[in-house]
Amino acid sequence: MGRYVLRRLLQMIPVFIGTTLLIFLMVHALGDPIAARFGDKAPDPVVAAQIRAEFNLDKPLWLQYVLYFKGIFTGDFGTAFTGEPVIDLMARSWPVTLKLGLTAFVIEAVVGIALGLVSGLRRGRLTDTVAMAFTLIVISIPVFVLGFTLQYLLGVKWAVIRPTVSYGAPLNELILPGLVLASVSLAYVTRLTRTSVAENLRADYVRTAVAKGLPRRRVVTQHLLRNSLIPVVTFLGTDLGALMGGALVTETIFNIQGVGYNLMQGVRRQESATVVGFVTVLVIVYLVANLLVDLLYAVLDPRIRYA
Amino acid sequence: MPELTKTPVETEVPETGALAAAEPVREKARSLWQDAWRDLRRNPVFIISGLLITFLVVIAIWPGLIASGDPGDCDLAHSLQGSAAGHPFGFDQQGCDVYTRTVFGARASITVGVLATLGSAVLGGVLGGLAGFFGGWWDTLLSRLADVFFGIPILLGGLVFLSLVGGSLWSVITFIVLLGWPQVARIARGAVVTVKQQDYVQAARALGAGSTRMMLRHVLPNAVAPVIVVSTIALGTYISLEATLSFLGVGLRPPTVSWGIDISSASSSFRNAPHMLLYPAGALSITVLAFILLGDAVRDALDPKLR
Repeated sequence: MGRYVLRRLLQMIPVFIGTTLLIFLMVHALGDPIAARFGDKAPDPVVAAQIRAEFNLDKPLWLQYVLYFKGIFTGDFGTAFTGEPVIDLMARSWPVTLKLGLTAFVIEAVVGIALGLVSGLRRGRLTDTVAMAFTLIVISIPVFVLGFTLQYLLGVKWAVIRPTVSYGAPLNELILPGLVLASVSLAYVTRLTRTSVAENLRADYVRTAVAKGLPRRRVVTQHLLRNSLIPVVTFLGTDLGALMGGALVTETIFNIQGVGYNLMQGVRRQESATVVGFVTVLVIVYLVANLLVDLLYAVLDPRIRYA
Repeated sequence: MPELTKTPVETEVPETGALAAAEPVREKARSLWQDAWRDLRRNPVFIISGLLITFLVVIAIWPGLIASGDPGDCDLAHSLQGSAAGHPFGFDQQGCDVYTRTVFGARASITVGVLATLGSAVLGGVLGGLAGFFGGWWDTLLSRLADVFFGIPILLGGLVFLSLVGGSLWSVITFIVLLGWPQVARIARGAVVTVKQQDYVQAARALGAGSTRMMLRHVLPNAVAPVIVVSTIALGTYISLEATLSFLGVGLRPPTVSWGIDISSASSSFRNAPHMLLYPAGALSITVLAFILLGDAVRDALDPKLR
C-alpha cells in the first residue's frame, strides 16, 4: 500500500507540471496582458515596458513559467486589477464555493444513493422506470437551463425562496443552487447505484444472507449496499473536484460570490493573474481529489492489490 | 474460436416475435454490425430518437422548411411581446421572432455536436489505436499526455481557451476536440489492446500478415465499436457544452444564432417574458435528450456483454 501511494504521488508530478504548463501557455502565449489592461487605447511604450518589467513579462517564457510555478508553492498569484492580491480574493471566495460544493455533494450522495437503491431493488417495475426516465431527463437538461427554470419558478413565480443568494451565502439559501449544481451528478449516481445494486442482488453472498434468515433490512443495508457502493464512492470522489469547477455556472446564475463567480469576472475583465491563479488552484483541487479517490479505492476494496 | 462457435449459438437462440419466425433460419453467421442493426431496428427508443435526430438535422440544413422568416429580422416595437398570429413563440428583447430563432439555432448546435464528435473520434481513435497497437514509448507518452488533458476541468479550460482565442464556430469545435480526444483515445487504446491478444489476430500474425494489413483488416473492424459507442454518447454532451460556453459568453458570438446565446440573453428579462427562455431551452434539452437516447440504444446494441 505504501509503495502504491508513493508511486501514485510520483505519477502525479508530470501530470501536474504538464497541466500547469498548458494553462500557463494558453494564457501567456495567446493573449497580451498589457494590451488588455489598456483596452482599445495603444499603451505608451515606456509605461508598457515598465509594467512588463514589474510582472516579469520581459523575461524569457521558460523563466516566466518557473516563476509562476514557484508562485504556486509560495501562494504568490500576483495582484488583481483592484490592487488586491489574488490570494486574498481566493481566501474570500473559497469558503463560499466549498459550502456550495459540499451542499451539492451531500444532496447528490444522499438522494442519488437512495434513489438508486430503490430502483435497483425494484428493477423493471414502475418505480424503476420512473426513476430512470427522471435521470435521463435531468442529464439532458443543461445545468444553466435547469438553474434558470427553477430560479424562475421557485424564486419569482411562486416566491418560495430568494431568487439570488445574499452576501456571505447562508446555508439555507444554498439548498436550491446546491440542488442545481448536483443535478447531473445526482442522475449519474442514481444510475450507477442502480446497476451496482441490481448486479450484486444476484451475488452468492446475498443469497446466503437471505438463506440464513437475516431480516431483509439487514441484508440490504449490511450486505448489499456496502458492496454496491464501491463504484459509487469512486464516482463521488472524482465528482467532488468537478463540482468545484462546475460551480462556475451555478454561481453565475444565483449570483453567489464564490470561486467561479470571481473567475468569470476575471475572464470578463481579461485579468490574466486572477484567471491563471484561480484556474491553477481549481486544477490542483481536481487532481488531489482524483488522487484521494484512487487511494480510497485501494482502502475500500481489499481485493485490489497494488504492487 | 469465437468465429467458429458463432453460427450454432446464433441459430439456437429462438427469436421472439412473428418477424423472426416468418424468416427462414439463416445459416450465415451475422457480424456484430448486422446483429446490432437487427437490435436497433426493433428498439423503440432508437426509432424515436432516430426520427427526432433526422428531423433536427434536416432543420439544421434547411431551416427555411418550417420557418419562413429571417432570424435577424427584428422589430423593437415587438420587444418582449408574447405569442401573436404568425409568431407562435412570441418575441425576444430585440423584437426578434423567437420561433424563427429557435429553428435557426439548431444549425449551430448540430454542427458543433457532429463536427466535434467526428474530430475527437478520429483524432482520439487514431492516436489511441496506434498507442494500443504499437505500445512502447509512444504508448507511455500518449497516456501521460491524455492524463494532462484529463487534469483540466472542461468548463474551466473552455473559459480560458475561448476567452483568449475568441469564440467562433471553429474555435469552439477545436476546443471540444482538443479536450475530448483523450477520452476516446483511452477507450480506443483499451479496445485495441484487447483485440490484439485475440487468437485470430495472433493467427494472422503467424501467417505473416504485415502491420498495416493486421491493423486495417483484423484489429480495426473489431475495435471500432467501443469508439462509436463512446462518441455517440459524447455527442449530446458536446451540444450541451457548446450551449453552456455560449451562455457564459465565451462560445459562439451573436451574429451566429445559437440556443446558448438566446438563453443567455433571455436570462436578463425572463422574469417578465419567460417564453424567451422556455423555447430555446426546450429545444436544446430535447436535442440533447435525443442524442443521449441514441447513444444509449447504440451502446445496448453494440455491447455484446449486455445481450
